Amino acid sequence: METEQYPKLYLYRRIVQAKLFIDRHYAEPIDLAQIADEACFSRFHFSRLFKSAYGKTPHHYLTKVRLDNAQRLLAQGVAVTQVCFSVGFDSSTSFAALFKKHFGVSPSAYQARQLEKRSSFAANPLRAVPNCFAETHGWKKSNIR
Amino acid sequence: MITKVTHMCVYVLNQDSAYDFYVNKLGFKVHTDVPMGPDSRWLTVTPPEQPELEITLFPVKEGNMFDAETVGTMTDLVKKGTFGAAVFTCEDLMATYEELKGKGVEFKKAPTKEFYGYEALFKDDSGNWFSLSQLDTEK
Repeated sequence: METEQYPKLYLYRRIVQAKLFIDRHYAEPIDLAQIADEACFSRFHFSRLFKSAYGKTPHHYLTKVRLDNAQRLLAQGVAVTQVCFSVGFDSSTSFAALFKKHFGVSPSAYQARQLEKRSSFAANPLRAVPNCFAETHGWKKSNIR
Repeated sequence: MITKVTHMCVYVLNQDSAYDFYVNKLGFKVHTDVPMGPDSRWLTVTPPEQPELEITLFPVKEGNMFDAETVGTMTDLVKKGTFGAAVFTCEDLMATYEELKGKGVEFKKAPTKEFYGYEALFKDDSGNWFSLSQLDTEK
């Protein structure tokens, strides 16, 4: 059934492997052309199939994975410059520009907002929870700290 | 006028294991993870491209909400796959199916052609099942 519906299953497997490679190695300098070569695709064919499966070219997907991980590290309080290099960007200027283009806010402003949210939740965890859930659980300011 | 869903609940048997499943296998993002006292935790995740919808991973455990009998009943029901919790969509079902299967996600139904596109069914680590669809209009 599966192979009748998806006669090119082996192609899917190669594309999935390429995606997983990006997920694992996004922080390193990744040569997307090399991934296409290793998967035995022409670069154009690889890019087209990848986009068909994931809605983004391999390059755009790699950028997105790096930016998503940058968000995660910024929310943990890691310094902006350190975040930039540890997710695989090699220029803090282009990192800041891409981040703002993607999320509509600069890395430092995003970090400030996340850290403020975190300290607000630490001061009063009930701020994180819709009241109906807090009441159902019996969570009150007096018994959750 | 009701405008949007902001939170939905999935009853899970273990929050740590659910965290691993939803974040590390499905690729969801952690929205909020806050301890509520020594024994409780408010944990919500969002689908990668839908940051405004918080899925609350609600533990089935004895407390204010569930008494011991209800915990037993709920645990049995969740484990045996009684509850279908949501329908997710993806850009390409076969690629997503291959990836999730490779990560150890259990499927009750392989990708199958339906009148609206393709659908597969998978289970989370507790037993809740989800539909994963690729709608014809998305390709």
